[in-house]
Amino acid sequence: MESLAKQQIIEDLLPQKFGKAGKIWVGILLAFCALGFVAYCLQLKNGLVVTAMRDYVSWGIYISNFVFFVAISLVGSLITAVLRLTQAKWSTPLTRIAEIIAVSAITFASIIIVVDMGRPDRFYNLFLHGRLQSPIVWDVIVITTYFFVSILLLYFPLLPDMAIMMKHKDVTGMPWLNKMYTFLGSFWKNTAGQIHISEKAINILSITIIPVAFAIHTVTSWLFATTYRPGWDSTNFGAYFISGAFLVGAGAVVVAMYVFRRSYKLENYIKDEHFDKMGKVLVLLALLYLYFNVNEFLVPAFKMKKSEEEHLMGLFTGEFAIVFWFAISTAMLIPILILITKKGRKPFPAFIAGILVVIGSWFKRYLIVTPTLLHPFLPMTDVPEVYKHYFPTWQEWSIALGSLAGALLIITIFARIFPIIPIQETITEIEEHEQA
Amino acid sequence: MKTNDTSRREFISATLLAGLAVTGCSTGKNPFEPDAATIETVKPSGEMIKLLSVDGEVIEVDKAFLKPVPSLPQVSNELARQGIPGKKFVMVIDLSRCKSLKKCQSACNHMHSIHPGQNWIKVYPQQEAEHTAPYWQPTTCMHCDEPPCVKVCPVDATFKRQDGIVLIDSDRCIGCRFCMAACPYSTRVFNWEDLNLPKEIADKPYSCETSVPQKKGTVGKCDFCPDMARKGELPHCVSACPNGVFMFGDMIEDSVTNGSETFRFSELVRDKAGYRLMEDLGTKPSVYYLPPVNRNFPFENKSETEENKKS
Repeated sequence: MESLAKQQIIEDLLPQKFGKAGKIWVGILLAFCALGFVAYCLQLKNGLVVTAMRDYVSWGIYISNFVFFVAISLVGSLITAVLRLTQAKWSTPLTRIAEIIAVSAITFASIIIVVDMGRPDRFYNLFLHGRLQSPIVWDVIVITTYFFVSILLLYFPLLPDMAIMMKHKDVTGMPWLNKMYTFLGSFWKNTAGQIHISEKAINILSITIIPVAFAIHTVTSWLFATTYRPGWDSTNFGAYFISGAFLVGAGAVVVAMYVFRRSYKLENYIKDEHFDKMGKVLVLLALLYLYFNVNEFLVPAFKMKKSEEEHLMGLFTGEFAIVFWFAISTAMLIPILILITKKGRKPFPAFIAGILVVIGSWFKRYLIVTPTLLHPFLPMTDVPEVYKHYFPTWQEWSIALGSLAGALLIITIFARIFPIIPIQETITEIEEHEQA
Repeated sequence: MKTNDTSRREFISATLLAGLAVTGCSTGKNPFEPDAATIETVKPSGEMIKLLSVDGEVIEVDKAFLKPVPSLPQVSNELARQGIPGKKFVMVIDLSRCKSLKKCQSACNHMHSIHPGQNWIKVYPQQEAEHTAPYWQPTTCMHCDEPPCVKVCPVDATFKRQDGIVLIDSDRCIGCRFCMAACPYSTRVFNWEDLNLPKEIADKPYSCETSVPQKKGTVGKCDFCPDMARKGELPHCVSACPNGVFMFGDMIEDSVTNGSETFRFSELVRDKAGYRLMEDLGTKPSVYYLPPVNRNFPFENKSETEENKKS
């Protein structure tokens, strides 16, 4: 009986070949990536003049996208580390989804920051002449650290699964895949000693990744908060960024859970219960983010210092009002309203709420970067008229969309190659459950 | 450097400027030995000119041998990063004298070959409050003593020198534009595209002191013209202003000048109630402003009056 169940689990969870929908999906993503690549080649050739960024708005959607990617990558630490350490067993099937989102997002965060550089050919100067005093160098250090810790957190739990996949060579198809499994995991013999070391390593990494995750997004917030500009000059920024990051990451996980459950028929593994629990987590995080938003906007709005006034009024009622209220409502208010009811935490409504959170959060990042730059201390003077506005060009949109598509592509391909739900851990948990 | 430039310099240093021999020596040839090729191509005109040599002797040289002295070689990157010892450069901008002629701006743009449309010097129409008088406020880089731009630069491409000047090494800048976000005075501009400079400018090796040639994908800004200071001359904006708005000088010497008038810096700033921009940020600028009292010119905002006429 028990072995049958085990066999069933393995069959259900082994990676499957792309169906028709999967192939179309990969095709669309590849097309976006190609478009982004072409746009980037144009940018390399002609310079950043192909963007709409100019001397006042010197950071645009590349930087918002960077902040967005860093934010979304924080979910890896939330689900794998925080929930693991707090013994929330229900999160087991979600760990790998969260971790691959983290790895792909942090990869594209690094790529997009190079895209934003005026002289990417001089990237090596960061190592040749790096100044430890600069928050950019802190960011380089912590993001690299986070990337490697996340990769390891993805890799260690994969080892027993790779052993299982090597036993089922016929199912996985493609011989090069088997070669890769052998290369990556043939040393894993599933002995008690190995399991012990692996568990210990995962525990250490889970603890390590929490401060590193806090560091990556706090340092990212400091890229703004260490300047004097109204809208950035805020002591609230670190916490504001971290809470927003956990929110968008959790939203992304809910979306990914729904998509994987539908396309891989995982209803027995990603259950309604998971959406219910993640829905509650989302409400909590949205309320938390809302709290920091209230602090970020209402306190300066109460005083209305002259330097802040233009910026705040631009957001509340001025040229950014539509985007601002759209972002606040889609990232926080509407998802809270949906997910606060039990019915709203069913898979489909939760999926919708997750999508809203992700979209709203992207625009929130846009609002963090651009409006501030359009309200400098000294009024915009002696520049061509186009310098006083910012709307991204097609090249910027293509590169931004291309990077988002690239991140989704990594996740998609990963799910094609590896089981997106940990097989061994699921089996172990069921066995433990039955014994109890 | 091109060979004929070198030989010309050697020739001139041999006949006129023994002091320049140092640079000639670096090529390994004897700078006092006239270049055979040069002598052959230049035909003496027969017209002799009396000159005073560097050791005070009166010498005679044929007019045909007279050539303009090539400009002094640029200082090395290392020296440019250190700055001029014993100096602390300051600028005083007298707001009562400015009528927004923008001669400073055009001179600066021209001398630094800045991208058309961009300006290192900006002239702001300012008004503190509703009922106070409007005035023109030219801004250069503030060359802060606590420069926020230098603090954030990840690669030490923008740096503060011992003489107080903040410069940019465009050969090192990676174009992250963090300094632009950090500068509260919006003084920095970015070279978004290739500048299409004339070949003789584009081919020059970049010098932090001249900030020429500007390079695609890097940040540029007012540099206080330290190359001029090395020659004992005033920055281009100072000499271009017909109203003597800008006064440049050395805080240690305690004197500033606009070319025609010279003031004791400490007295000028004290007597005329000089101030610095955004003092509360703690950036400690090296540029002082004299308030726009007893103004020489009425405030006429042309662009504004034109707009009013249209509407």
